[in-house]
Amino acid sequence: MSSTTPLLDVSGLTKHFPIKGGFPIRRTVGHVQAVDGLDFQVNESESLGLVGESGCGKSTTGRLITRLLEPTAGKISYQGKDITHASRKDLAPVRSEIQMIFQDPYASLNPRHTVGKIIAGPMEINDINPAGGREKRVRELLEIVGLNPEHYNRFPHEFSGGQRQRIGVARALALDPKLIVADEPVSALLQKVQQELGIAFLFIAHDLAVVRHFSQRVAVMYLGKIVEIADRDDLYGNPRHPYTRALLSAVPEATVDETPPRERIRLQGDVPSPINPPSGCRFRTRCWKATEKCATEAPPLVQVEGNKPGHLTACHYPETAEVASAPRLAKDPEPAA
Amino acid sequence: MTSTDQQPFLSIKDLKVHFSTEDGTVKAVDGLSFDLVRGKTLGIVGESGSGKSVTNLTILGLHNPDSTTVEGSITLDGEELNGASERKLEKLRGNKMSMIFQDALTSLSPYHTIGKQIGETYRKHTGCSKKAARDRAIEMLKRVGIPQPEVRVDDYPHQFSGGMRQRAMIAMALVCDPELLIADEPTTALDVTVQAQIMDLLKDLQKEFGTAIIFITHDLGVIADIADDVLVMYGGRCVERGTKKEVLRDPQHPYTWGLLSSMPSLDHPVDVPLNPIPGSPPSLLNPPSGCRFHPRCTFAEKVEGGLCSSERPLLELVDGRGSACHLTAEQRGEYFSDLAGSAAN
Repeated sequence: MSSTTPLLDVSGLTKHFPIKGGFPIRRTVGHVQAVDGLDFQVNESESLGLVGESGCGKSTTGRLITRLLEPTAGKISYQGKDITHASRKDLAPVRSEIQMIFQDPYASLNPRHTVGKIIAGPMEINDINPAGGREKRVRELLEIVGLNPEHYNRFPHEFSGGQRQRIGVARALALDPKLIVADEPVSALLQKVQQELGIAFLFIAHDLAVVRHFSQRVAVMYLGKIVEIADRDDLYGNPRHPYTRALLSAVPEATVDETPPRERIRLQGDVPSPINPPSGCRFRTRCWKATEKCATEAPPLVQVEGNKPGHLTACHYPETAEVASAPRLAKDPEPAA
Repeated sequence: MTSTDQQPFLSIKDLKVHFSTEDGTVKAVDGLSFDLVRGKTLGIVGESGSGKSVTNLTILGLHNPDSTTVEGSITLDGEELNGASERKLEKLRGNKMSMIFQDALTSLSPYHTIGKQIGETYRKHTGCSKKAARDRAIEMLKRVGIPQPEVRVDDYPHQFSGGMRQRAMIAMALVCDPELLIADEPTTALDVTVQAQIMDLLKDLQKEFGTAIIFITHDLGVIADIADDVLVMYGGRCVERGTKKEVLRDPQHPYTWGLLSSMPSLDHPVDVPLNPIPGSPPSLLNPPSGCRFHPRCTFAEKVEGGLCSSERPLLELVDGRGSACHLTAEQRGEYFSDLAGSAAN
């Protein structure tokens, strides 16, 4: 990392949700280890993609960073300031700089408020009066996100799903944030916003093909841990973690008869439960390279041999570059031991 | 890949499905024709509301007969299904033709075990004993790759993961060895790695039994993986048909072209912004005149005489390949060039 302070610095971030059970006194009987020791940084005007399958903890991470959830352990620094357990009052100025775009555009817009009121909401709460009035600013924002400013007085139900997502984006932009956490964005609009307005983004998505268009750096998560993080070109061009490779090979592509054919790795089974994750490397139960060592020793997220600076991989047996240039066909991993 | 010598197993001719609602008539499907032979997969692509699901529910006779008018003909293995009695349809459904739905959790009953739900279909059509149905259910679960089928057969749907539920749905659909399988976005709710597993499974099962599959999706990447032929639907009509290779390599309709160039992919150059299709799908209550795509079409104004808004372009098929568009072949060659450029990279 560069010597300047990153905009957002996350280290050892952990969130365990307690599971209550038993009768008559409900005790904690276990924990869902949703996020388990994440380290990453987001720099100014940079966009980091966070990719993983459902249940890997990527949405929880987004909610932890925006402090909608209280972290169990670890540290979140924003512009060098520790905000991990900051009080509501201390958090207020930070909250206007870190905005969130929610996954479900239906559930995150108040059906009884007009679009104008929804987008002006953040300005009202923070008592911000832009030059020319709030209404003018809202109309500007509507234009930025590609909606008709005439729609100012309409209600969310009058819009299609894609348009509602745009309303969510306009609301997130209302306070000129420095960082936007976007949970499963589906709109090409964000690509434009990021490039033109220079806002830092944390893109949370399950699709590596989508993230590639949005992010300069990409982190791949599996069962609450980052397994690989790298610059976009390194990650897609030289994936070192077996899981990253499997994920890349599973992306359906609208092309026929490619030469050379793309690598095909089919993972067996499902993601294990985060209540009782596998020991050692969490991916080992579905990995075709797993050995004894993988079961006993959790691989650290480090710059393994052959990686460029900033390309970190958590694997004892990273894939090598030679394999990448000679794609394997119909590689069937052995069933999980 | 369209075989001309083989009798079509399923043949749809000029199908029209109209719903009468309080606001007027919704023309959900408006003149659709296609054939499907055994052992082949037809991919139907389209946005939500393009009529792809309605078409397939109508094939199975699952529409509400009180508010729906169905015109045209649906023949399955020589039998006419449009207007067939409920009794006849019941015999066919789950037996000769069956369906996999998108959301496995809502399509499975939470109160019955997986085994019972799979066996129920089998018992209904074969009249076998409960024991035989259970054995069959175990066999099916094994075939779709559920570990420990003897144990899992007594599980309830909530004890299964998303991918396993979809496998159970497939087991249920295939329990009577159907000759026609309709899969309505079966992988949309699944993660990519599980999606890849499910698609491989469907391909293997098709190879084994020679099932004809209609695969409905909005994802062209999935089409590229599984389909033989592709039918692109827009506003209740077919706008383009052809083999997978023809449609994906050399799209003829501006809508197909738009879908392809708006799709994020691993090969698309990152500095070239994605090119979304402007606007939203048409209302089928009051569809646009002429070509239903013309209000969103980038090329509509390039066609002389405002033909796009006044006249419906006809789908002319030569060897199963064609599109419904007023643009000439030369115009397409000129306007669609960018896509060819990006695909070559």
